[in-house]
Amino acid sequence: MLEIIKQPWPWYIAGPLIGLTVPALLILGNKSFGISSSLRHACAACLPAGIPFFKYEWKKETWNLVFVLGIFLGGTIAAHWLTNPASIKVNENLVKELAVYGITDFSSMVPTDIVSWENLFTASGLIMMVGGGFLVGFGARYAGGCTSGHAIMGLSTLQWPSLVATISFMVGGFVMANWILPIILSL
Amino acid sequence: MSNSTFKITKEKEHEVRATDAMCINESQQDHQWYYNLKYLVTGVLFGIVFVKAEVISWFRIQEMFRLQSFHMYGIIGSAVLVGMLSVWLIKTLKIKTIHGEKITFSDKKFNKGQIYGGLIFGLGWGLTGACPGPLFAQIGVGATVVMVTLLSAIAGTWVYGRFREQLPH
Repeated sequence: MLEIIKQPWPWYIAGPLIGLTVPALLILGNKSFGISSSLRHACAACLPAGIPFFKYEWKKETWNLVFVLGIFLGGTIAAHWLTNPASIKVNENLVKELAVYGITDFSSMVPTDIVSWENLFTASGLIMMVGGGFLVGFGARYAGGCTSGHAIMGLSTLQWPSLVATISFMVGGFVMANWILPIILSL
Repeated sequence: MSNSTFKITKEKEHEVRATDAMCINESQQDHQWYYNLKYLVTGVLFGIVFVKAEVISWFRIQEMFRLQSFHMYGIIGSAVLVGMLSVWLIKTLKIKTIHGEKITFSDKKFNKGQIYGGLIFGLGWGLTGACPGPLFAQIGVGATVVMVTLLSAIAGTWVYGRFREQLPH
């Protein structure tokens, strides 16, 4: 059994399990699934600076911060006890494309040839980590949610604004991955 | 700063909270702090699925945006289907929370932010290969440098909040 769990899980197991998070949070306490809100609560808790957008009782949203702490712990547990050491198997074309930019290490969840402490202050590393993170945080709040709040929770409750947001996420991702990222990786 | 400037009316607070994916459905019951542990457990299980299905892998996200693999589409698609079915069941059977409270849903209002912000978020997603959830899990699996990405995402959130009034919505 543990051997099976240690293999990478197929989409038809993982997808439904992720979908079940929606009713789980609703039934446990009438909570809407949404992860990027935690970033807003962090701002409200640490540096509200008198900004109206951060003036609310973030303590009422503690559950959300506890939830993301759980995601962090889940990652640690999976990495230490439920994993096999094999590298990720990705599409041959992607392997070839990334090799051009010197990305050959597939052993981690992130491309360690660029995303690492050593590369934090290289041009491509800085853009990917600091720039990418900024866009994720800024964009998610501007859109009023991220993949969880819009694509999963929003679509589950048939909210058409969430469909608009989800399509925009995908368009942005396609543009970045296919046309802008190659330029950044060649820096 | 005087105390009154910090005072927010109840309606105003509701409005601020409702502009977001965050939960505006407040429990009427008093809960002890340890009631939050159930969300910790949910988060842990969720995080394990993230890692095991390689959802948090930068490489899987790159495959998705290059149409080189069905994996991520299968995951998001089946997650949405299961979510829809669950919400439909909760509404139809009027299922209550484990504390016996009514489960409520609030509608999202359309604004242009969903397009502009969505595109910006998408650009970031394509770069970092992670939306906010996976950022936490990536740090968990030991990619500690992702803490920089997370802090930057919090900074991005703060800057949005600071300049919110000047942005088109």
